[in-house]
Amino acid sequence: MKIAYREINSASPRYWAAAGALALLALLGLAAAYVMEEHGHVITGMTNQIVWGVPHVFAVFLIVAASGALNVASIASVFGKAMFKPLAPLSGLLALALLAGGLSVLVLDLGRPERLIVQMTHYNLKSIFAWNVFLYIGFVAVVAVYLWTMMERRMNAYSRRAGTVAFVWRLVLTTGTGSIFGFLVAREPYDSALLAPLFIALSFSYGLAIYLLVLLVTYRATARPLGSVVLARLARLQAIFIAAALYFVVVFHLTNLYLAQRQDVERFFLWDGVYSALFWLGQVLLGSVVPLAVLFHPRLGKSPKAIAVAAGLVVLGGIAQMYVTIIGGQAYPLDLFPGMVATSTFYDGVVHGYVPSLPEIALGVGGVAIAGVIVVVATTLLRFVPERLDDSLIAGLDERVGPPARATT
Amino acid sequence: MSTIDRGRRQLIGFGAAAVAGIAIAPGVRLFEIAAAKAPGDPVSGKVRWGMLVDVNRCASDCSECVRACNRENRLSGATRETDSQWIRKIDIKDASSGRTCSLPMMCQHCAKPPCVDVCPTGASFKRADGIVLVDRHICIGCRYCMLACPYKARSFVHEALRDQSPEVPRGKGTVESCTLCVHRVDRGRQPACVEACAASGHEAIVFGNLNDPQSEIARRIASYPTTQVRADLRLDPGVRYQNL
Repeated sequence: MKIAYREINSASPRYWAAAGALALLALLGLAAAYVMEEHGHVITGMTNQIVWGVPHVFAVFLIVAASGALNVASIASVFGKAMFKPLAPLSGLLALALLAGGLSVLVLDLGRPERLIVQMTHYNLKSIFAWNVFLYIGFVAVVAVYLWTMMERRMNAYSRRAGTVAFVWRLVLTTGTGSIFGFLVAREPYDSALLAPLFIALSFSYGLAIYLLVLLVTYRATARPLGSVVLARLARLQAIFIAAALYFVVVFHLTNLYLAQRQDVERFFLWDGVYSALFWLGQVLLGSVVPLAVLFHPRLGKSPKAIAVAAGLVVLGGIAQMYVTIIGGQAYPLDLFPGMVATSTFYDGVVHGYVPSLPEIALGVGGVAIAGVIVVVATTLLRFVPERLDDSLIAGLDERVGPPARATT
Repeated sequence: MSTIDRGRRQLIGFGAAAVAGIAIAPGVRLFEIAAAKAPGDPVSGKVRWGMLVDVNRCASDCSECVRACNRENRLSGATRETDSQWIRKIDIKDASSGRTCSLPMMCQHCAKPPCVDVCPTGASFKRADGIVLVDRHICIGCRYCMLACPYKARSFVHEALRDQSPEVPRGKGTVESCTLCVHRVDRGRQPACVEACAASGHEAIVFGNLNDPQSEIARRIASYPTTQVRADLRLDPGVRYQNL
């Protein structure tokens, strides 16, 4: 059975309201960045102690989710699951859009964003950050080619190979993102090779959650049929990804708890620190346990609304996780003199406070909005979204068929 | 004051200076001045500048080094969380024994600096003589070096600056830290904090060439037990502590 992809119809007030709201949020983000650069970071909540703030929470979340959003396409191309093939182009588009949103925030938060050209011409090849720049640029190129092979019929034969390259690339990319923190040997909350696979597991979960949300919203808003078979498969996959991410979180903390030198930092994160509540209630309960319960529930697990709620919770849990990881990790004081109590005018030995400012939040949300604008514009102009994904269409897809053929219209 | 009196005072002054000179000259100073590079000469890897802080001589209520650094580099001296502090005094207390001490903490000018490793553009760099600096022209202000530094030695310029020293360029949106007063060292002078510490009478900081076995710093490190902060990281810092 052929899959017909169709542009999103823009002739509705609801469409323009949604597109307008996203554009407005994106513009507010840009304005916030301008204000931050004009006045300096002194107007933000970031300090010499908490050097990365809310913009980085959003940026890293979006970048991690970007590589995860590509998984739906990978399952189709690399693992040959025909059911996922109609879902693949949107998956590639989301990956590019989320990365663009995340990178925008990252760049706009720089002390000197106008020096982006310097970053493009000066590379310190020992820096994991510089490697990440290559990985981001390469990811855009690889996914663009992959999308081309999916959407251009003459190139369909190459989509499996392109998909394999993209899949490997995304694994390396998220390894790089996790290692930005994992390589920080002097900071006890980081300094772990486990952060790379943890970030990969998180990316699977966050990326799919965003994919599910976009899929559900798009199909509902455009009144296109979305069958329960596709949704059930995606929901089950989401549950597996949440569990996998949770597994890595448990192993990470369990390992630290076992080491005497890390027990203070674990107490800070898990028990009496200001970030403990965010960890347990945000990341673990709302972001993992509740969505798992919903998705495994015999009735709720089949309801599109409940699945959307579960996906939304995963996203919120993801923001909470990034906040705990990035802000909490910096808030925990560096231990220059183990076994000693240190005090200074530079806030040695104390848990560093952080209150995010409005411009920071606007910039972070602006990154999400930029990703949203890209998705809306791209799906309006190009055929990314299948006209229908009802059960009869899915049943007609042979598991062995090749790449999706486009309808001739 | 009569003319004769003034003449007598000058004579006494010269005499004292001569005695001090004789006392000090055979030690570090002459050699270290000789080790400073001539203007225009490239920086040499034969020299490795470093500091030795004698914690026993560092008084808890003294922060002359901090004040001198702020003066020399035109830092505001304010201590809000967004203000730059290139050098700070840390008071430490042994949690079990209750022993207390005080010491200056600044960029440790590591031989294997993590800030240099992580800098995406190469703005963080180490000179051949071991001084770790930030090239303000290619620093993009990502602050990753601040996360990587084990000593919390770096500051980010959070707002526009006024009244800068032409010898110590700084800039909003870039990262900065102790330069070991490179502009003074290159002229054969000592870092401002070292001079101020000596002037205060504490003489807790010795500056010199770690690679020269005859220098006071090298001789003291060879003779007495000294400590590298976070020695477990094996960064080989150029700043060492005695009696810590």
